Amino acid sequence: MTEDEFAAYQSLSEETEDHRWAFGTGFTDPLEGIDPSLPDGTDAGALAAYCLMLGDDALVYSHRLQQWMTRLPELEEETALANIALDLLGQARLLLSRAAQAEGRGRDEDQLAFFRDEHEFRNVRLAERSDGDFAELAGRLLVFSAWRLALFGRLASSADPVLAAIAAKGARELAYHRDYAAQWVIRLGDGTPLSHGKMQAALGALWPLVDELFQPDPVTAALPGVAADPADLRAEVDTVLDVVLEAATLDRPDGAPMARVAGKAGRDGVHTEAFGYLLAELQSVARAHPDATW
Amino acid sequence: MVTASGPDPVTAAREIAAAVPDPELPMVTVADLGILRDVSTDGDRVVVTITPTYSGCPALAEIARDLRHRLTQAGFGEVVVRTALAPPWSSDWITAEGRGKLRQAGIAPPGAAARPPGPVPLTLTATRRAPVACPRCGSASTTRTAAFGATACKALYRCESCREPFEHVKEI
Repeated sequence: MTEDEFAAYQSLSEETEDHRWAFGTGFTDPLEGIDPSLPDGTDAGALAAYCLMLGDDALVYSHRLQQWMTRLPELEEETALANIALDLLGQARLLLSRAAQAEGRGRDEDQLAFFRDEHEFRNVRLAERSDGDFAELAGRLLVFSAWRLALFGRLASSADPVLAAIAAKGARELAYHRDYAAQWVIRLGDGTPLSHGKMQAALGALWPLVDELFQPDPVTAALPGVAADPADLRAEVDTVLDVVLEAATLDRPDGAPMARVAGKAGRDGVHTEAFGYLLAELQSVARAHPDATW
Repeated sequence: MVTASGPDPVTAAREIAAAVPDPELPMVTVADLGILRDVSTDGDRVVVTITPTYSGCPALAEIARDLRHRLTQAGFGEVVVRTALAPPWSSDWITAEGRGKLRQAGIAPPGAAARPPGPVPLTLTATRRAPVACPRCGSASTTRTAAFGATACKALYRCESCREPFEHVKEI
């Protein structure tokens, strides 16, 4: 090993007290050195809530993907989903850090991720769904990444420069995720009668959660020029899904959207039963050992 | 040893920062990868700006630590490492020298990145991707075996001519 390589590895094992936290290595503020000021005239509370929504989508979905680790059919898919989950976790860290800056209450990304309760999470319910099989994983990843890519494509020109930078960066990752998912949906849909049937059933199972992705919410409405109207994304997402479904010889499901609870859904902090279990797994260690280091 | 009190501290700082290897691709430096964006000095204070390759890339924190370590050792009193998110990193920023080093290490460097990602998937079939030349024998007859690899920035390929598997830095 050369001296340069040695130095790189030595720094990996360096022990210091400030950046070895229990839930990752080398954790520092992902927005370190970036101008934290908010654009003039922006509602800081709404911007915090908006970044939290988008950050929660990524954090919760990333965790669902992580739950697939050691359970995927092949090592290659294991690597793929781990990488996708890592990209989304990176996006979550940036967005939760931006939310923390905007709210200005002294909380950080870890406090937002590990010490909020279920009703305080603002992710869409599609993000928290548990995949029943690999076809459901592929279908959900296609819908989620096509939708998020359409959203980030618009947010890349947001009036908030930090949000715009996070979105421009994330969009490139999401394009890769979307194409990976699309290839599996096509392979399974246009595969054997068995895989076709499973892929069609998977789409039918997750479709009730798709409509929620395009529903208006008051936070977005309070951020003209900063946030992107979810309703505007539908045409672009539909175009992508139509291309993929046609190549996959699959039919677009026409099931009714999942009911809201007293008019509320994920963006309002109202979640499905599956979410409580996910959150317990995500947060229990941090809550049991809040000062733990390794 | 170059020091902060030398005749040209900013050149010294730039050289030190540019020589920091990537922890996951130690055959190339942060300058080779285009991660190093700016180095400026003010007396014995140095400010280094770096950019992440992927949002979740864990190497960034390690690179920052390595930068602080080396610049402090070289005599700089205060080392500030900043992150820049915009414009987003592109594999197009990998230098010609960096590409050569990757190839020599058996990793196929990226081709030109497609921009911007359009609303319709352009890469739905393998045949639409530009061919990746084998870094060992140069053959263009290669097959992607996995879209992702051991790090966020790589995919896995196999050469159909020399039959060797190899890694490829993804276009982004």
